[in-house]
Amino acid sequence: MTQNIFYLLAALSIAGALGVILARNPVYAVLSLVATMFAISGIFLLLHAYFVAAIQILVYAGAVLVLFLFVVMLLDMAPETMFRMKINTLKIGGALFSLFLLWEILTAAGFFTIPSANDNSSQGTTAAVGKLLFTRYALPFELASILLLVGIIGAIVLAKKKL
Amino acid sequence: MISLTHLLALSGILFVIGLIGTITRRNIIMILLSLEIILNGVNIAFVAFSYALGNLTGQIIVFFVMIVAAVEVTVGLAIAVVLVQQMGQTNADELKLLKW
Repeated sequence: MTQNIFYLLAALSIAGALGVILARNPVYAVLSLVATMFAISGIFLLLHAYFVAAIQILVYAGAVLVLFLFVVMLLDMAPETMFRMKINTLKIGGALFSLFLLWEILTAAGFFTIPSANDNSSQGTTAAVGKLLFTRYALPFELASILLLVGIIGAIVLAKKKL
Repeated sequence: MISLTHLLALSGILFVIGLIGTITRRNIIMILLSLEIILNGVNIAFVAFSYALGNLTGQIIVFFVMIVAAVEVTVGLAIAVVLVQQMGQTNADELKLLKW
């Protein structure tokens, strides 16, 4: 049962990702990325990562992709001029290299075997993750808040015409 | 019980799809979207190892990856808006100001 749900969600996320890189209209690309995010969130739920699944929907589907949609609609790009794909040898070579990398990754993934069976201690509930986040990983957490502040200030400085 | 091999294969497939998108699409917004796919593929690998090893550290790292992705998108989209205002386009092939 879990296996079948995983295959369904994996197929959905791959289809969404392909939709992102193949769509000519940027709005469709952003919306298929939303579908990918929801499928990935479902996969996180299957892996007992409940907090990460909720954050995935809240931050990615809720905030980041809405920001993308705002900018796509604000810039009002014409699909045919902005999204033409000039095929040249460099791009074909890059795509072929990426497929070679995929083959390499898939071969490497076949070799991974984790000896210890998973126990139920890795339930990623909000309480468990929060406890770890505010004790052992408190310093990276604070640094992340500084990074967010830098990002906000950077966006304001870039977007304002006159400071 | 989902096998680690399948999870890593999904992670690799998403990573490579994002990589192909980053290489072939020439609009800066499409490149940023493809980067999001890459980061999500990596997040799946982190959560998969966290699940297989029974260790929550992988999920903490996913949390930080999401923060970095949010900041990257904020600054990247601000740059895209400024590019449209100043140059009138977001085609990465035409924007050669920083190229030597």
